[in-house]
Amino acid sequence: MSAVYKLEGVKHNYDGRTVIDIGHLEILEGEIFGIIGPSGAGKSTLLRLLNFLEPPRQGVIRYRGTAYSAGNMPSLDVMREITTVLQKPALLSTTVFNNVVYPLRIRHKRPDPQKVALMLQRVGLTKLGHVRASSLSGGEAQRVALARALIFNPRVLLLDEPTANLDPANIAVIERLVREFREETKMTVIVVTHNVFQARRLCDRVMLLHEGACVEVNDARRFFESPKHALSRAFLSGEVIF
Amino acid sequence: MLLGQMVSGLFEAFKLIIEGDPEIYTIIFLSLRVSGIALFIATAAGVPLGAWLGLTGFPGRRLVVALVYTGMGLPPVVVGLVVFMLLSTTGPLGSLGWLFKVPGMILAQSIIALPIVAGLTMSAVGGVNKNVKQQLVALGASPAQVRWATLSEARMGVIAAVLAGFGRIVAEVGAVMLVGGNIQYRTRVLTTAIVLETRKGNFGMALALGIILLIISFFVNAAVLRLHRKELGES
Repeated sequence: MSAVYKLEGVKHNYDGRTVIDIGHLEILEGEIFGIIGPSGAGKSTLLRLLNFLEPPRQGVIRYRGTAYSAGNMPSLDVMREITTVLQKPALLSTTVFNNVVYPLRIRHKRPDPQKVALMLQRVGLTKLGHVRASSLSGGEAQRVALARALIFNPRVLLLDEPTANLDPANIAVIERLVREFREETKMTVIVVTHNVFQARRLCDRVMLLHEGACVEVNDARRFFESPKHALSRAFLSGEVIF
Repeated sequence: MLLGQMVSGLFEAFKLIIEGDPEIYTIIFLSLRVSGIALFIATAAGVPLGAWLGLTGFPGRRLVVALVYTGMGLPPVVVGLVVFMLLSTTGPLGSLGWLFKVPGMILAQSIIALPIVAGLTMSAVGGVNKNVKQQLVALGASPAQVRWATLSEARMGVIAAVLAGFGRIVAEVGAVMLVGGNIQYRTRVLTTAIVLETRKGNFGMALALGIILLIISFFVNAAVLRLHRKELGES
């Protein structure tokens, strides 16, 4: 598999405090890549950088072979290949249907009613298309956010703690949908989670991020069964919280 | 005594409306025409201005925001005085011939409503959840599409801004009195007619006109509230 992302000397800071400092990292095309780490490790910031929502202060992010940096951010067409589902689903104050088709409309594509209906069916919201998004439960809203992200077949799907506030049934549904769509579309999925069990269930490879730095990247099974780094072992045993 | 006057005023108001008094209808329609056109102008200029101030940062923005907020509290009589001076025969806009005419009144009310519409629109747009804006960008929205969607998210606040502008100008008397001159059948509106009738001692008539003004405000607010409830999906 070729690399969809290559990070080279990427540093980012807020108010002088370094939040990301990654010398080298490759994320492969078509994999489900997990980013785990304690609170404040820089996981969400890294996702924002990978979605090019803000430029890195230093270094280069190569996306599908093209180098992007602070002075050279990708075009809208390139950014439209990548999307993020946030921890709290930021839905528009309109119907479920209008939320799901929003990415198509901004790309000036006419929504195919059959395709939208199928998507709603797959996320278990068939009967809620005309319901206002504000009236949904947390799990339903997150499934709408996922359907909205998947409707335009992104090349890269970034998930920022997508199941943090959900019940086990909704967690299972979302994990199943992510796996299914990855299999069908071969998209790359990068998931930030504080739930190590979820990372183990869902991911092909896992990275431990600590104080903005990459501690260990490994195959998921190896990472959880025989972590190489002492900090990884400490994190998995619950000794590293901050 | 006061209660009796109010009750008789209420009866007189309905009597005037039902009997179809031509002067009353002229006054009502002129009030709606002046305030309606002024509100349209203030909305056309104020909503884009407020959205721009709420969505973009630029050098000097704080000064512009401070000016808008100051403008929200402009006394109508001061606006009336300034517009009067501008439109008087020796003023810079005297050649327009708008003094003591409807266009002059519309100009004055537009100036009063503009900062209210712009300021409240700015607050509404600025209050949209930052996560929503970030999510829109992450979904691939262009900067213009993000701005439009943010304005759309703030739509109830924008409607409230327009409504506040309407409430302010339909009830103001100082500016239309100075600029319009309260000329019968030509520039007399509900508020200036109330002042006139009160001065003449016709409290019943003044109260009746006041009640008509309240009824207009009630129906405008009720229409917007209905829209709001529909928006929220309530029955």
